[in-house]
This record gives sequence, C-alpha cells and structure tokens, in this order.
Amino acid sequence: MTISIRRPRLSKQQRRSLLIGLLFISPAIIGFLLFNIGPIVQSLQYSFTRYNILQPPRYIGLNNYLFLLEDRVFKIGIQNTLYMVLIGLPIHLVFNMLMALLLNTKIKGLSIYRSIFYVPSITPVVASTIVWLWIFNGQFGILNEFLRFVGLQPIGWLTDPNWVKPSLIFMGAWFGGNTILIYLAGLQDVPHDLLESAELDGANALQKTFKITLPMISPVIFYTIIVNVIGYFQYFTEAWVMTATRDGAAGGVANSAMFYSMYLYQTAFQQFKMGYASAQAWILFMIVLVATLILFKTSRWVYYHAEE
Amino acid sequence: MAAAISWRENRLVQDRIKRMIAYTIVLIMAVAYIFPLYWLVVTALKTDLEIFQQPPPIFPPDPQWQNFGASTTYIPFWRYMWNTIAISGLTVLGTVLSCTFIAYGFARIQWPGRNFFFLIYLSTIMLPSQVTLIPLYLIFRDLGWVGTFLPLVVPHFFGSALYVFLLRQFLLTIPQELSDAARIDGASELGILWHVMIPLMRPALAVVALFTFVQTYRDFLGPLIYLQNQQDWTISLGLKLFQNMYGAQWQLMMAASTLAMLPTIVLFFFTQKTFVRGIALTGLKG
Repeated sequence: MTISIRRPRLSKQQRRSLLIGLLFISPAIIGFLLFNIGPIVQSLQYSFTRYNILQPPRYIGLNNYLFLLEDRVFKIGIQNTLYMVLIGLPIHLVFNMLMALLLNTKIKGLSIYRSIFYVPSITPVVASTIVWLWIFNGQFGILNEFLRFVGLQPIGWLTDPNWVKPSLIFMGAWFGGNTILIYLAGLQDVPHDLLESAELDGANALQKTFKITLPMISPVIFYTIIVNVIGYFQYFTEAWVMTATRDGAAGGVANSAMFYSMYLYQTAFQQFKMGYASAQAWILFMIVLVATLILFKTSRWVYYHAEE
Repeated sequence: MAAAISWRENRLVQDRIKRMIAYTIVLIMAVAYIFPLYWLVVTALKTDLEIFQQPPPIFPPDPQWQNFGASTTYIPFWRYMWNTIAISGLTVLGTVLSCTFIAYGFARIQWPGRNFFFLIYLSTIMLPSQVTLIPLYLIFRDLGWVGTFLPLVVPHFFGSALYVFLLRQFLLTIPQELSDAARIDGASELGILWHVMIPLMRPALAVVALFTFVQTYRDFLGPLIYLQNQQDWTISLGLKLFQNMYGAQWQLMMAASTLAMLPTIVLFFFTQKTFVRGIALTGLKG
C-alpha cells in the first residue's frame, strides 16, 4: 500500500496508455528478461562454479578467473583478438572509406560497382571463406602461384604463424562492402553547397575531404567504429572455417589464429567446461563494455551539426 | 582574361585526369572483388586433375558442369538448403511480427517512462552474444530444444533491438494527425497499426525482412551449437562435409558453395534498392 502512495500519480488516461504501451512492447520485455538479463545474471553465477553439464554446478569462488590469469591459450586468444581490433579494424575502415570516397566521385555505373563490392557481404560466410581457403592454399593456391610466377618464394598464408592474421585481414577487406555502402550513403548526404563554397575559397580536394567531408560524416564513422569494435571482439566464423581441422579443432598452427570467441566455444562446447567458459564470457563482456565506454568518452571529434 | 581562361581549362584537364584515375582504381578494385567469386565458379568447373594442375588453368578447357549436380548428391544439399530456408523464413516471420508491435509501442503510444525503457532496450545491441550463449544453451537443453530448430527461431519472436530501432525511427516520421483522426473515428490501437501504419511501413518492413533473412542465412555459430543431428544441418554446416577422410573434394565443395551463394545473390539483385535504403537507414541514424 505504501508503494502506491509513493508512485507518481497518473491520470486515468495516462494509466490506460501505459497499459497499452506495455502490452505492445511486451514481447520486448519478455525477450529482455528471458534472453538478456536472465542469462547475463546466470552467466555471472556460472562463472563462479565448476560445471561440466553432467554434474550440477559446484561453487568454486574466483578460481575460474584465477585460472584464466595463467591460461596460456586464453592469453594468446586475447592477443590475437586485440591484433584484429587494433590493426585489422583500422585498416579495414580506412580502406572502406577510401573505396567509398572513390565511388562518390560521380562515377558512371555506380549501382554496378556498389553491387560488386556488396555481394561478398551477403553470401554465406562459410561458402565465401571456403574460396579463400583455396586461394590461400600453400601448394595449389593461386596467390602462391602468382608469387612463383614473379619469382618470389611462396608463403604459408594459413600455415605460417606470422602470416595467418595478415591473411585473415587481407580476406576481411573483401567482406567490407557493408561498411563501404554505409559510408557512401553518408557521403551522398554531405551538402553540395558547403563543398562548392569551399572550392570557391580555393580549397583543394584534400582540404575539402579533411575539413568538410570527413567531419560532416563523423557520426557515421563513429557508428561504424562502435559496431565493428563490438563485432571484431567476437570474431569467429572466418577464422574457424579457415583453420578447422578434420577432428574438430581450430586455431591454426601454434594457436596463431586462436581468437577469443573460438577458445570460448571450445571451452564450452568441446570441453564442456561451462563455468570456465562463463568466466571468459564475462571478461569479454567487461572488455567490450570498457572499449565502448572509452570510445564514447573520446568521441569529441564527432561533429553533430544542428538538425534543420 | 587569358590567364583566367587557361586556369579554367587547366581545371577541366585536371578534373578529367582525376576522374580517369578514380575510374581506373575503381575498375581494378572491382576486378579484385570479383576475382574470388570467379575463381570459385571456375574451380567448381574443373576436373579433380585440373584442380591440382600447376599452373592452374584460368578457365578449364572442358568445364565440368556435372560437378554442380554431383555436389548436390555428395551431401544432402537440398535437404540442407531446405533447413536453411525454413530457419531463415521462420526467423523473418518472428522478427517482422514482434518488431512491428514493439516499435509501435515505442513510437506511437505516449506512455510514461517510454524513452527510458527504450534506451535500456537499445543498449542490448551492444551486448556480445557470447555473454548469454552458455546460459541460453543450458536453458534450451533443459527444455529439450537442443537438436531442433527452436533455439534458433523462437528468440526472434521476442524482438530484436536493432530492427525495433529502425522501425521506430520510421514510425516517428509518420504524422501524429493520422493516428488522431483514426482514434476519433473510434479505431483501436491494433486497428490503427493494422489499417494505417502497416501499409505505410512496407518499405521499412521490407528492409527488416531482407536483412534478417540474409543474416540468418549466413549464420554459422548458431547452427553449429544447436543442430546436432546431421540431417538438421544448415548449408553452412553441410559444406564442411566435403573435407572428408580422403582429403578435400575441392571442386565439389566449390560447386556447392556457388549454389549456396545463389539465393542471396539473386535476392539482392531483385531487391537492390531496398538493401541500399536499409543500409543508409541502419548506418546513418545510429
């Protein structure tokens, strides 16, 4: 009863619309509780247990987290994933931006080019990665065939621990069509009169790009950075298909292509250490959260021009 | 005067040169982007001898079209295709239905706390799926759903924050007067949604349906975890089967991969405008 007194008073009309509103979003509420909040809390609980599915979970305190500190493969997984986020992602975004800028030069046949760059983004990841498996093949792959043709030593694209991540980044550029199209859509919204007046003032193409175009689409750039940082921390399918062996293992020579999500998957679904994997999941959650917060805190460079 | 004219001519020449450079680079890049797809199809058409021939023939002299047929019997291709399309179709149905309702509740009904709830809901976009992966697996296992399509499909009937966001943005652009007029005529909220909003929402709903379909069709991790009987596999899982104990059947694997890509590529070419509009929507309003 005391609760109802504290509650802000709603008119009958307001209460009615609250009820109807909640009714409409009820799938979201149920989904949020059942598939988000519930599992997040449970995941935290499991992370303090030893749980192999067959026996009920047993509380072991912080042990999983302490094990992680000494887990060599886990450490490699973090390093490889950071490599992807800190090196692969910037390369991809800059490359995609360059492609978008090129396509924005009032080029003829734009829709054809747009399709060509976008198609790899919509085909099944496994199917398109399989082609690259063959292109990268050490013995019969076309890339090494080309190297031999120009008189260079063939490279173990997927077998040399030093080359496998650069190879994955190289292939990843091919999957960037989605970002190219997002950038292109942003570029096409940059007001022409701004660029024209800058041109009259004698600005060259480089100045126009850095002083006008890029600041104007900085919200779009920020969006792609956020989305992709979160995505790259979960990097899985491409590396899995590229390095999967017949007995179900993956991760490449000396774990050179072992990424965070792959190790988590192996821990949970191949070794059935659900508690240990939950601890990994929570660490990942924290890393992604901190990374996102840092990005938002340092987002002063993003320019939001006033809405007309 | 003469200086001004030559300056202008200079500009024109410069522009033309720049344009030509841009064209050349775009063309080279387009060829580079197409090449893997070309190589996929060409490899699919080779004999098993030509696969390992050095240097590899750029186009096989005698294309083995029957490889495509062979690849569909080497693995139960059509069964996997059907599974994939069934899962994707149900996922689209669930996503479109639930997101329409949720977006309507967030955009067209004024209720206290609405924006606060929406922000919380929206933040789930940033949640890495790995965090919920294990508890969800255990829940579905307790329900006896592991090994069925249900874990892959049912969650989508409870909305997806990104698409709710997209539809909500779209619904906010529809003038309030339309709803008010219908309300005065005695229409219920459901009636307004059905008779007024849904016809107007069609372009946005098409975006959601297409994106959801392609996303589900491409998925690998979900089926990998939940589909344990080989007969229930999706095509992405099935493609693995070509790497059997006798070594990879490259040409058949390529043929099956080509076939697996076709549905989304064909879909894209018929619905290009919707895709491009959707990309602009998801990318810009973030």
